[in-house]
Amino acid sequence: MMQFVADGIVSAALIALGAIGISMTYNILRFANFAQGEILTIGAYFTLLLVSLIGAGIGTLGPVAFGWPLLVSIVFAMAATSVVVLVVDWLLFRPLRNRKAARITLIMAAFGLSLMGRNLVTLIAGGEPQYYAFFIPKAIEILPGVRLVPDDFAIIGIAIIAFAALFLFMNRTSMGRQMRAVSENPTLARINGIDVRAVIRWTWIIGASLATVAGALLAHNTQLRPEMGFDMLLPMFAALILGGASNLYGTILGALVIGLTEAIAVSLGLAGYRAAITFMVMLIVLLFRPQGLLGEKE
Amino acid sequence: MVEPMLAVRDVEAGYNPSLPILHGISLDVFEGEIVTVLGPNGAGKSTLIKAIAGLLSISRGSVTIGGRDITGVETHQLIRERVAYVPQTENVFAKLSVEENLALGALHNPDQFAEQRRRVLDLFPDLERLGHLAAGKLSGGQRQMVAVGRALMADPTLLMLDEPSAGLSPKLAQVVFSQLIRVKQVGVTILMVEQNARAALKISDRGYVLAEGQEKVQGDARSLLDNPEVGELYLGANSRLARS
Repeated sequence: MMQFVADGIVSAALIALGAIGISMTYNILRFANFAQGEILTIGAYFTLLLVSLIGAGIGTLGPVAFGWPLLVSIVFAMAATSVVVLVVDWLLFRPLRNRKAARITLIMAAFGLSLMGRNLVTLIAGGEPQYYAFFIPKAIEILPGVRLVPDDFAIIGIAIIAFAALFLFMNRTSMGRQMRAVSENPTLARINGIDVRAVIRWTWIIGASLATVAGALLAHNTQLRPEMGFDMLLPMFAALILGGASNLYGTILGALVIGLTEAIAVSLGLAGYRAAITFMVMLIVLLFRPQGLLGEKE
Repeated sequence: MVEPMLAVRDVEAGYNPSLPILHGISLDVFEGEIVTVLGPNGAGKSTLIKAIAGLLSISRGSVTIGGRDITGVETHQLIRERVAYVPQTENVFAKLSVEENLALGALHNPDQFAEQRRRVLDLFPDLERLGHLAAGKLSGGQRQMVAVGRALMADPTLLMLDEPSAGLSPKLAQVVFSQLIRVKQVGVTILMVEQNARAALKISDRGYVLAEGQEKVQGDARSLLDNPEVGELYLGANSRLARS
């Protein structure tokens, strides 16, 4: 049972890392970014490229089956993915914003981009599954009769560090305050002298960086596939809506509920129905709290 | 001859370039003044202040600050010209604390944050104890204090306010107007748009009355208070504002 809970929390951590970018684009750029899954995929493949370039495998850290080579690769992949995302914004979303495109136009542009991105990854990297390294996860006994995989702890630890860093950034830095200000009232933010374009750049950078972490850790735990990000899209949006689309921390809570529900479904032998069970839980919560767990009423 | 701090010349502007609301408005604000723009609903008062603030595009005419042309300047750059603007509604970041609102005000002068904060708290001492609260939790009067306080954190030479007494009780409105006198006393020039004509003119040096996007009357505040035409423009009758 403990392993299922750990699996649920790992799954929640990966969903939340990816969904934060959707939450930020939704609140600051005001559209649902259906291409977030592909950002996650691109981040994972950039990490693969960098692991290959470094040529030292993925290393180990004690009992954890990955180490500094993978972590360093992830950091560089975060930068590379951010650059790609900023270029795409410059080429596609910025002109649409400047022409005051309708929200549905931005959403459809993101949807088209998602298809394009997935096909481009398949074209460049091939459609076959790939791996950072081959390893057999070894569970260790942490309590009598309770065995857990060390990598799960490492993934949860990395996610907690990322969330803490995000929290500090949003609350303790000037840019974080500016992002919260733009999210709440873009016109007042402009009046106040906030450069909304800089805020938008940071929104993409943070969203892409966290998605890269999610993609790389997901790929380490499973495999790299061009569809890996797209498969995460539904749980990520479910986490966003369940937590309350207007609340960044609600997204993390929503991801936790989604991840744990999936894990419980699997532990009950209902693995084939886990998506249906997860969405049923989401719908039940929304019936009682339409604004989501931490969202505010319109 | 003294040059105006703010000079608006023959400005035509509106929400839609083909349907201007302002038809050739000119206006001067001199250093150290409080100037009020009055007018009935739909006269173009808020449009004027939004056009100066760069929120609406100006299709004709010019706006200068201290002789520098700022026509069409992007709104977020206006603060660098030391011009601050407080909108009528949604003028605080409701989810952010009072302290965070003030910190955002000093975005372009972080070195002066402590000094400006002290000046703002001298003007609005209540903000000290409200600092940790979300601005959205405050009363209308307190919110107005936060909005003006945040604008003053930028150390502006010109403060523009859109109906600062809107939605406030007469008593609270008086408090806001008396605070504006104190703001003027610390050296900030004020341009405001107001519906509360009598109370606004009482603290103003001069005023402009707009109707249908054009300037109808201008003059010193006392003369406007005694002007029957001003009463007519507001009340649709021969009421005299000074007697109301």
